[in-house]
Amino acid sequence: MLSHEFIRNAYLAGTFIALACGVVGWFTVLRGQVFAGDALSHVAFVGAIAAAVIGVDERVGLFVLTLGLAAVMAGLGARAQANDVTIGVVFSWVLGIGVLLIAVLSTSSSGGNGLIVANTLFGSIFGLGAPQGIAAAAIGLGAVLAALAIARPLLYASLDPELAGLHGVPVRALGLALALLIGIVTAEGTQAIGALLVLGLIAAPGGAALALTSKPYLGMTLSAAIALAAMWGGIALSYAIPSLPPSTAIIALAVGAYALASVSTIAL
Amino acid sequence: MGNPTLSWNLVSDVHRLLEYQFMVNALQAGTIVAVMAGVVGWYMVLRRQSFAGHTIAVMAFPGASGAALAGLPTALGYYLACGIAALTIGRAGGAAGRGRSGESATIGVVQVAGLAAGFLFLSLYSGVLEQLETLLFGTFLGIDSNQVLTLLVIAVVVLGVLALVGRPLLLASLDPELARARGVPVGALDIGFLLVLSLAVAATSQITGALLVFALLVAPAAAAQALTPRPGLSLVLSVAFALLVTWVGLGISYFSIYPLGFFVTSLAFGLYVLAQLVRRLVL
Repeated sequence: MLSHEFIRNAYLAGTFIALACGVVGWFTVLRGQVFAGDALSHVAFVGAIAAAVIGVDERVGLFVLTLGLAAVMAGLGARAQANDVTIGVVFSWVLGIGVLLIAVLSTSSSGGNGLIVANTLFGSIFGLGAPQGIAAAAIGLGAVLAALAIARPLLYASLDPELAGLHGVPVRALGLALALLIGIVTAEGTQAIGALLVLGLIAAPGGAALALTSKPYLGMTLSAAIALAAMWGGIALSYAIPSLPPSTAIIALAVGAYALASVSTIAL
Repeated sequence: MGNPTLSWNLVSDVHRLLEYQFMVNALQAGTIVAVMAGVVGWYMVLRRQSFAGHTIAVMAFPGASGAALAGLPTALGYYLACGIAALTIGRAGGAAGRGRSGESATIGVVQVAGLAAGFLFLSLYSGVLEQLETLLFGTFLGIDSNQVLTLLVIAVVVLGVLALVGRPLLLASLDPELARARGVPVGALDIGFLLVLSLAVAATSQITGALLVFALLVAPAAAAQALTPRPGLSLVLSVAFALLVTWVGLGISYFSIYPLGFFVTSLAFGLYVLAQLVRRLVL
């Protein structure tokens, strides 16, 4: 299996994307910000379409839009956490602009449009080239290190914002930093498993880890491990069963882990 | 339909709009959906269940692709998938009881599980791909009178149920503890509302597409609630805003080459921003 170059690229990019999703996802679930992550991942789709319309690299569109929206949503909410109505109104408008861009794209270019839409929505981890794989790995590693660097104060600010604020912890800045990290992770994950499915690698491992343990660092590690296992297992499964898309296989494993963790906590 | 252009005579514009049967159907369907979305969305915003609403909405995708694969009618797939998602979210939310963070993770996981299944159905049945954009972003072309009738029946059911449980549901949404103390079945209302929401969302997504239902479900209700704290008045405003967004959106997109989804979401967003400005500056 590993003799194919596209599989090696998929594993290289997938490993670090999964680690980043796992660690950032743990904080996302802890703070109840899964909807914000969901909005950012859908908006990533619009970023990719916009890049295709303007004619720049897809990644430029992905990162500009997700980071921009993360900052906007952080700016609109108390403690840099927008409420669900603000998130819903803003992201449905951005998606509306996406619809306009799809129309512009389909009138200006011939064909290929449907493929861009499908690839962006559901990802194509087997379609990543070597440079994309290396870039994805570097960005994923960077996101993990950044999350670990702010883990202690962020944990404090998340669990008890009032007390943390009194102790001089920059609660708002940390909220913004996490929002930006979610933006980076979704933009990166969109290329691999798609704008509609990247949420699975953020919510499911984090949710499973939080269901199993309340110890923060153990939880973060567990979350990253679950995301990694889903990614590795999903790629292998999809390679073994060609009719199973890799994104579906990865998400199925992550969702399975979450279901198992939830059932085991109810049973215990 | 040639190339319609907008003139300064509004009466003749409206007259030309209604010349075509498809446009009459679209306006009828849009009106029904807007009234339903205005009311159901008002409760959804009040109950802070936008994420659940969005998740139920995107279930239209696995619903439609699953129905295509199984050879069932698309609309049936919509309603089944949305209903199953609503029950899963309701049951899991009640069972887990791990507070807000656990709930948001559960909803997110339900959403991606549905979408991943939809993607699998889509790749097993390659025929639907041409409709993917329509499914996600909506259309107002090709709505026949049967669909209008179905939407009407659903709207009557949804609004009828809400008329019956509206008052206890309001109390249960605003103050669950007090409602429980007064003997209101809060748990049953929670599940019941999610089911009503799933019906409304499945119907709305046939006009706006699965990804854009919020244009009618969240923005009008949020704008109305920003303007007045009185429940009755803001409910009426919410319906009025939803109707305004739908009618103006349909009107503009008839005269434009660009898609309905863009106009509807932009109008809804503009309305919401305007309401927030009015609230801060005037009220």
